[in-house]
Amino acid sequence: MTNVTRRGLLSLAGAGGVGAAAGFVGHGAFSTTGAAAVTPSDTVAFYGDKQAGITTPAQDRLHIAAFDVLTEDRDELIGLLKDWTAAAAAMTQGLDAGTTGAVNGPYDAPPEDTGEAQGLSASNLTVTFGFGSTLFEKDGAARFGLAGRRPAALIDLPHFPGDDLQEQRSDGDLVIQACSDDPQVAVHAIRNLARIGFGKVRVRWSQLGFGRTSSTSRSQQTPRNLFGFKDGTSNVRAEDSTLLDQHVWVPTGGPAAEEWMAGGSYLVARRIRMHIETWDRTSLREQEAVVGRTKAEGAPMSGGTEFTEPDFAATGRANAPLIASDSHVRLAHPDQNKGVQMLRRGYNFTDGSDGLGHLDAGLFFIAFVTDARSHYVPMQRAMARHDTMSVDYLVHTGSGLYAVPPGIQEGGYVGESLFVS
Amino acid sequence: MTDPTLPQRRRFLVPLGLLASVVLLPLALSACTDNVPVSSAASARGPITVSSSDDGCDVSSSETASGNLTFSVKNDGGQVTEFYLLAEDGLRIVGEVENIGPGISRNLVVTAPAGKYITACKPGMVGDGIRGAFTVTDSGQSLDVDTDLAKLSTTATAQYTSYVKDQTEQLLASTKDFAEAFRTGNTPTARDLYATTRMHWERIEPVAESFGDLDPKLDLREADLEPGEDWTGWHRAEKDLFPPADYTPMTAPERARIADQLVTDTADLYTRTRTVEITTDKLGNGAKELLDEVATGKVTGEEEAWSHTDLWDFQANVDGARIAFENLKPILEQRNPELAAELENRFTVLQTKLTTYATGDGFTYYDQLTAAQIQELAALVDSLAEPLSGLTAAVVL
Repeated sequence: MTNVTRRGLLSLAGAGGVGAAAGFVGHGAFSTTGAAAVTPSDTVAFYGDKQAGITTPAQDRLHIAAFDVLTEDRDELIGLLKDWTAAAAAMTQGLDAGTTGAVNGPYDAPPEDTGEAQGLSASNLTVTFGFGSTLFEKDGAARFGLAGRRPAALIDLPHFPGDDLQEQRSDGDLVIQACSDDPQVAVHAIRNLARIGFGKVRVRWSQLGFGRTSSTSRSQQTPRNLFGFKDGTSNVRAEDSTLLDQHVWVPTGGPAAEEWMAGGSYLVARRIRMHIETWDRTSLREQEAVVGRTKAEGAPMSGGTEFTEPDFAATGRANAPLIASDSHVRLAHPDQNKGVQMLRRGYNFTDGSDGLGHLDAGLFFIAFVTDARSHYVPMQRAMARHDTMSVDYLVHTGSGLYAVPPGIQEGGYVGESLFVS
Repeated sequence: MTDPTLPQRRRFLVPLGLLASVVLLPLALSACTDNVPVSSAASARGPITVSSSDDGCDVSSSETASGNLTFSVKNDGGQVTEFYLLAEDGLRIVGEVENIGPGISRNLVVTAPAGKYITACKPGMVGDGIRGAFTVTDSGQSLDVDTDLAKLSTTATAQYTSYVKDQTEQLLASTKDFAEAFRTGNTPTARDLYATTRMHWERIEPVAESFGDLDPKLDLREADLEPGEDWTGWHRAEKDLFPPADYTPMTAPERARIADQLVTDTADLYTRTRTVEITTDKLGNGAKELLDEVATGKVTGEEEAWSHTDLWDFQANVDGARIAFENLKPILEQRNPELAAELENRFTVLQTKLTTYATGDGFTYYDQLTAAQIQELAALVDSLAEPLSGLTAAVVL
């Protein structure tokens, strides 16, 4: 049986009429992008060689959740991954989860789909799955018959100076990143996947992000983080295929036991709280010095415009570098990090306040890298110690590293290469 | 300049090598700080645009009315440039913006009374620059002009420099006593001296932190360490004096090593602060940074994780900020008397509340405060910190 189209009625109106129709049925209030969200195509392919949600142009909203697996039964885990795959495939195409959807099931049964996305488009929803190290082994014992299959790159991230990690915001056996242009669509996806998982998994942590902080395509403008600065100017983009192969995707030809990860990537998640109140009291001079870029344009302090390469050798008065030695842009730059780059896909977040009258706000950092040992740990170690922004204005409160398997073929399921080979 | 391999937490001080070139305070009047919001009077007139190219200095107008002037300087050349507003003599700097990279724009906001001036762009940062005549006519607007401000600045920074030296002297003397007690296993005495000695450090924390290599040796918390990194300093001693459960006490040689290192590093700090030089802007920023320290480290109880003596640090940070404010107050009273009065009031309110937690020689331990009490303190800190962040721009000449 096919999935239920949640926009069956509306699609008849044609693209031009959808915005008005959506408003008419009352869902317009949920869509912060309003009528402008109606674009000729806002559906991202779910199946492919690579998982969607990595090089996909960064959507505006995030809901990411990590799960711990409760069962120790391999078949039950595989069954869950198959169910999740089917539901994700449907939801990313703007369809309801389950075969009877939100309202077409038996009257005496709870609906299969929770229903809050009825009338909403796919909103470029992507659902991206990853496996934490504890899926492979816990307390020294292998799980799910996966002995020897944990990739060497799936390390336990070390403690970085200043870390204040909370267990209930860190790690997890599985992670699901849902991104879309409509927050309700992303939440709907996580909610339904969590529901499908009851009894087999439990949610360990989840996080909403309300605004993207990087661009993953040259067609996108650079957004701003909560410090008010453009973020992700020098990000790796979908168009940079050579850089992606070099820095983001796991290559083929690794150890045989890890070949299942070829075409995959590693997702680094860091919940970074910003001390935005003290930042806001900081002079523009200091803010720009700390970042290493101008606040208005995002140009490096060495001159030019946003996309001008920073000139770290440029000096000003008294031969002091124009881009300070402890500035964020210098310490994060590939030149300072053996040429490594990351594909960043972070989101601004605000989770209420902290009980001391300050917003619990910041940046939910997500990066996809080929190997966190070379592409994240050394850089973060340097940043945590030398970057004035990190030392004075940031604190990492959550952390996770996950192996993101390659893409899913139609008829297959996420992580199949791990379980069949 | 700064060794990039060294941790650097704050920019309180310019590295000493740069001090010689820090521009001398102008002899009179006028705000010269860039990137400050334009006053209504100035914005009504709109900014004067300046295009600084490799061989030109194109100022959009050669005349304007007195008051707050904004020069919006764009570097249209290929070299790093500077822009100056000079007095008629061509020597005295009324205002300046420096280190403008190619393509970058920066604002210079100055308060200028009627008179003749000279504008100058300095592409490449060498020579006398490309100069032009500039006239300020009398707008009738009264300006707070006080030729003694420069002298007040000198007094302020001299006073604060003395304060830093004095606190460091007391810190060194007290650290020696603490280290002796710690080394010899006299735990009760060491515990008594721990918080009171650290207050001298906390009062001048932005200065102490500006010596990037000393700060991690002396003041690193356990959470600030990398795996396997050697941990020395105050908080290493703190954990041994106020041990958590399942903690293995240090041996006598270990204590001796920590004690010796503490004295050595503090003596190093003492030596370096003998020649410390502080400018007005660093003084204002330092006061703001001390309140940041309270807001992010003390209010949360993170700083003194085992001794819970956070209120001693809290008081010391406020002391340091208040001294900086009081040193700058004579300038502030001329430049922005409302802000001076507001800050005076906010300091008093915070101090009054803080004093209610004073007990004998010290304070209530932080883990004994209720959530409501902590929230109240946090709100008072924010109430002070917000206006205090306006101090620097108001006192920089």
